[in-house]
Amino acid sequence: MLFKNTTNEFIKIVSKPRSYLGLGALTLLIGLIIFAMKADGESMVSFVTATFEQTLSFNGKLVNGNLIAFIILQMLVVHIPLLIALVTGDLISGEAAMGTIRMLASKPISRTQIVLSKFIAGAIYTLVITLWLGILSLVVSHLVFGAGDLMVLNSDGLVILPEADILWRFGLAFCVAYLSLLTVATLSICLSAFAENSIGPIVATMAIIIVFTIIGSLDVTVFDTIKPYLFTTHMASWRSFFEDPVPFDDILNSIVILLAHIVLLVGITLFKFNRKDITS
Amino acid sequence: MEQQTIIKVRDLSKKFGSFEAVKDVSFTVHKGDVFGFLGPNGAGKSTTIRCLLSLISPDNGTIELFGKSLHKNRSEILANIGSIIEKPDFYKYLSAQKNLEIFARISGANVSKKEILKMLDFVGLGNRAKHKVKGFSHGMKQRLGIAQTLLHQPELIILDEPTTGLDPQGIIEIRNLILRLKNEQNKTILLSSHQLSEIELIANRMVIINQGKSIVEGSVEELLNSEETIVRVEIDGIEPAMDLIRSKFNPKELTQTSSKEAEVLLSKSRVPDLTKELVLAGFTIHAIEPKRKLEDYFIKTIQS
Repeated sequence: MLFKNTTNEFIKIVSKPRSYLGLGALTLLIGLIIFAMKADGESMVSFVTATFEQTLSFNGKLVNGNLIAFIILQMLVVHIPLLIALVTGDLISGEAAMGTIRMLASKPISRTQIVLSKFIAGAIYTLVITLWLGILSLVVSHLVFGAGDLMVLNSDGLVILPEADILWRFGLAFCVAYLSLLTVATLSICLSAFAENSIGPIVATMAIIIVFTIIGSLDVTVFDTIKPYLFTTHMASWRSFFEDPVPFDDILNSIVILLAHIVLLVGITLFKFNRKDITS
Repeated sequence: MEQQTIIKVRDLSKKFGSFEAVKDVSFTVHKGDVFGFLGPNGAGKSTTIRCLLSLISPDNGTIELFGKSLHKNRSEILANIGSIIEKPDFYKYLSAQKNLEIFARISGANVSKKEILKMLDFVGLGNRAKHKVKGFSHGMKQRLGIAQTLLHQPELIILDEPTTGLDPQGIIEIRNLILRLKNEQNKTILLSSHQLSEIELIANRMVIINQGKSIVEGSVEELLNSEETIVRVEIDGIEPAMDLIRSKFNPKELTQTSSKEAEVLLSKSRVPDLTKELVLAGFTIHAIEPKRKLEDYFIKTIQS
């Protein structure tokens, strides 16, 4: 029954126009970034490298597919949560708003299976968005700009990664980025179980991300104890794969915290939905 | 022979905060019944039906369906129930066929595409199978709801206000459909409705609930004492006609309701004689028709 309802959930997602909003917006944004970098990328990179030119000499093609993919990932991972929440925040509350939750919950499928199938479908949708981001950013950037070494400016300074040492980093970075986005998807599905309309969970998800991000960026000691446990603190941990050496312990810690959030949020959703009186 | 019990509800109670929506509701539905579930707005009908479908958890009481506890055998029981609760809501962005495919997949039975199309034909939506539900009228959605209810061939059908919002033609269609389900397929049907005349026409047993409590339960015929009926007479010269009725039939009740109309309580077997006597006496008769009694009974019961 879980598989059958997951199929149902996926059919519902692919049949809703809003599901294509994320893919369309990503395509448009990545197209714009590639266009802008093609038109003015060299001068932008020169501006960054100017401060190092007294001590370093840069040879080869700095504006290449790897750099563009990195820039795209950095720019968009912050905004994709909204595109994800647009779909996943509607998964339970949308059924309540439409009235179909009555039909669904009076069928011989357990409420746990209903919730889990929605999580699985949400996870698949998030994966599709992440893969689309990966394919567009890496493949199209390489087709337009070609390959080359990757120059990354970190808080510790400039890191230059050889071309042959980059692909695996992108692969793992996308995996961790997916986990971050999955946490957002899980949060919005969880909020969706508490609401009877579609807008509330979507807005609430974004509000939580904004509040947590602000708390994480405030240099106030009172928040220091909670900062390491906020999922927003770990949403940028994909970037650590572009450090040299890679801080695997820190990344593992981020993965554990993100997974813990997912498990906790799924647990809360199951608890709430299993006890919910369906009166809509 | 003892009748097989399909629904057995005992002392059902449910509170929402401090509001007691249902308190000690009990009733029994037998196999093959068309069971009328009556009550004024806010009486607790929908809450009770939602408890039967496991949408709401009762605070107290027991629900047994097909002789098994709903609490312990939820999936098995729900696989044998088809329902429409208040109004059938569908995924508007999907076609009628896709909607049925979605519900068939989780109905607990293997329903083929061919059977889905056949069911759409059965409810008169065969030519709209590929059309999106967002363009459907209320009546079409109601018929699609009935199709969804019957897809997996359930033994028990629960219909909560199935004729709400329908035009007279739609009401007749739903009524005929219910009668076909009872007569041709021997389905057990629990029918909640505000349309008392509908219940009187098609239900064989009923319960009336008010303020969350069940007040009376039994056979419609027995409760309405169907040996007697109120007949509305519309006639020119109502007063001499009433004198004639009084002298020939000595009725328990005879009331003039307007300048041309009167209502008379008679045994059913004497209605033809009444018509005959009035015709023989030369009265111009505009109408002689039995008045539905459930409405009166319902109001009296609720008020008492």
